[in-house]
Amino acid sequence: MKFGPLVFLAAFLGLSASWYGLVLTPQVQLGRATQETNSVVKTELYPVGRPGLAREGLEVYRANGCAYCHSQQVEQKGTLIDVVLTEVGTNSMNVANALNEAHVGDGKFNGPSVGAGLPKPVLKGATIENASVLANVLKKAGATAELHLVPTGSDIERGWGMRRSVAQDFISDATVMPGSLRVGPDLANVGARLPDLNWQLVHLFNPAAVTKGSPMPPYRFLFERRKIGKQPSPDALKLMGEFAPAAGYEIVPKPEAKALAAYLISLRSDVPLYEAPLTPPPAPAAATNAPAK
Amino acid sequence: MNATSTTSSASDSISIAEIDASCRVPLFTLFVSAAAWLVMASVFGLLASLKFHSPSFLSDCACLTYGRVHPVAVNALLYGFAVQAGLGVSLWIIARLGETRVVQPWLIAAGSKLWNLGLTVGVIGILAGDSTGFENLEIPRYGVVFLFLGYLVIAFPTLVTFHNRKERALGPSQWFLLAALFWFPWIYFTANYLLLSHTPVRGVTQPIVAWWYSGNLNLVWLGLVGLAVIFYFIQQLMNRPLYSRQLALLTFWTIILFASWSGIPQSAPVPAWIPSISTVATILTIVTVLSVMMNVCKTCGRGCSQTENPTPGKFIAFGSMAFAIAWLMNVLSAVPGVSSVTNLTWFGVAQWQLNVFGFFGMAMFGAIYHIVPQVTGMEWPCAKSVRRHYWLAALGIILIALPLAIGGLVQGFRWANVNVSNVDVAKSALMFLGVSTLGEVLILVGNLMLLGNLIGLSVRYYKIHFVPVYKDATAELKPAEVKP
Repeated sequence: MKFGPLVFLAAFLGLSASWYGLVLTPQVQLGRATQETNSVVKTELYPVGRPGLAREGLEVYRANGCAYCHSQQVEQKGTLIDVVLTEVGTNSMNVANALNEAHVGDGKFNGPSVGAGLPKPVLKGATIENASVLANVLKKAGATAELHLVPTGSDIERGWGMRRSVAQDFISDATVMPGSLRVGPDLANVGARLPDLNWQLVHLFNPAAVTKGSPMPPYRFLFERRKIGKQPSPDALKLMGEFAPAAGYEIVPKPEAKALAAYLISLRSDVPLYEAPLTPPPAPAAATNAPAK
Repeated sequence: MNATSTTSSASDSISIAEIDASCRVPLFTLFVSAAAWLVMASVFGLLASLKFHSPSFLSDCACLTYGRVHPVAVNALLYGFAVQAGLGVSLWIIARLGETRVVQPWLIAAGSKLWNLGLTVGVIGILAGDSTGFENLEIPRYGVVFLFLGYLVIAFPTLVTFHNRKERALGPSQWFLLAALFWFPWIYFTANYLLLSHTPVRGVTQPIVAWWYSGNLNLVWLGLVGLAVIFYFIQQLMNRPLYSRQLALLTFWTIILFASWSGIPQSAPVPAWIPSISTVATILTIVTVLSVMMNVCKTCGRGCSQTENPTPGKFIAFGSMAFAIAWLMNVLSAVPGVSSVTNLTWFGVAQWQLNVFGFFGMAMFGAIYHIVPQVTGMEWPCAKSVRRHYWLAALGIILIALPLAIGGLVQGFRWANVNVSNVDVAKSALMFLGVSTLGEVLILVGNLMLLGNLIGLSVRYYKIHFVPVYKDATAELKPAEVKP
């Protein structure tokens, strides 16, 4: 390469190749993505888009750089299958024998008790091959079994999500911030995990008040400490013990804090999709105020 | 052909001193602003680092929260220091190798002012909460416009200077610098246009574009300019040509073909082919590392240890080693088994710091310490502090990169262990962050020495060259000189 134009051409070629591969092609593939149907409940569309206040909250999240310490991407190592027995059918002896021959589980199955406590999993964390073999055996014995898809991985075991994050989760957001560092926990499903608005607000005001020893900085500038007027503000934070403000004072969230909390609560991506399948639990787990461990 | 022959006959009259003199104004503007931003970057980096020791430190002021201070430090380092120092050193190497004067030096200085204006506006914007939310691209739209124009105003005269060269055949350093000169505006315009225009791309295409840009800036642009500087100075210091042009060509092609595809993490919530292809490309950059190492080692040969290496050479040597380690870390963290541990941990931060400061920054320091005395014809006001800066910077970056890399591994393993609570994982990195804060302090002190030396030199230069002229011009006329 002795001449300038040659260097220019080389650079042009190299850059165009990477631009074509990592800018143009993803845009062609994903740029016009629209809502997709829930792969289990076919009538539901996903994602539904965030409420207005949560959209404003996204701007607060962006302005204060929350993404430098919190990711929004759940990783998944793989998918395992649970075989769940739903109906025993007419011949419970046959079913118990079939299960015993298949050598699943530790205990022995016997005719009368095999039908107790249905639906119940008879095989957990199996590969698709083993699970389908067992399902066929059970079918021949006259029972009905369901295969449940269970995504696995440490992120999912930590309760950060039920499945991996996919492109579909983000199509309604103005700014997508998947993050690059996990100083603190992942937030892709914080709304499903910690749906209590007051918990979120208290946590923003003073993280240590709800998560002991939390190294997260307090965001007190999103709140206002003021004298209680004729009657206390309905928005005032419910703070306990040592974290409560002095008598006669109350801590009231500013609009930014309310928006940010609304955004955090809106963060949930646990809908089963074609590209990220899972079997949702039969009844949604009761919402708790308990902090993540 | 006629034009070439006429210019080559004129080339005899251009001495090295003349070339250096033509560089003086733009280089001073670029280097002093680069050093000032470098100090800014380390002050904000130190602030950000201190926040891990006490979460409530300066947390009551919105503009001093970690989420604003940290991007300011990153942007000041990348755009304030790295790009400006890189452009300055490129300009000098292009003029020297081309044996030609810099075209429109004042225009380049003005471009630097425009660039600094854009960056200042952008940094204030980030502190005020206007960050765009995309890493390495946080500067809001109103700052980007100035930055982009500033770059064009600097790059165009540089390109004309390149075109005016007397020696037509190009060496490896020149391929790298020319490609880098084109590369930056392309990626910068593409990324900012796609992310910040009125109709930006949607969904995860946004982070894909941002990752693509970051990979191209941190690996390709910094790699091209940093290696050009290393190759140039190794030839100068060893007083012999580069061991192999073919190897340098291999380095060049692997950077522009492979490094430009890297940067998309495997955990990214995008279709699997994108991180897969990016992983393969990143692993292939090992060829870049090997070709550079072989070229550098073979060029230095055995003579390296026998001669006393001047301080600028020490910076260059450290830079080449940091290049190899940082790029190997990048390759390693793309390998599937390793990436599941290192991804989203401090390991990536360690790699980034080592690449930007350890490799690129050190190469630039070496170049600046070599170039400035040449273009001014003056020695550094404090020669001792050049050596001290080397030790502070070297120790500082080791104290940042090493603990963070180990801390990242610890953190990665602990995130993967479900029995360790979130708070405990977050706290496990604190000890390593504590050591890195010490590194930040050392680097800050070293950076202050660079800035002090540059300012001291400017003041002395001003005293020698301008004060007498000014005195002459303003001196009262003696009666004898006044003609009736």
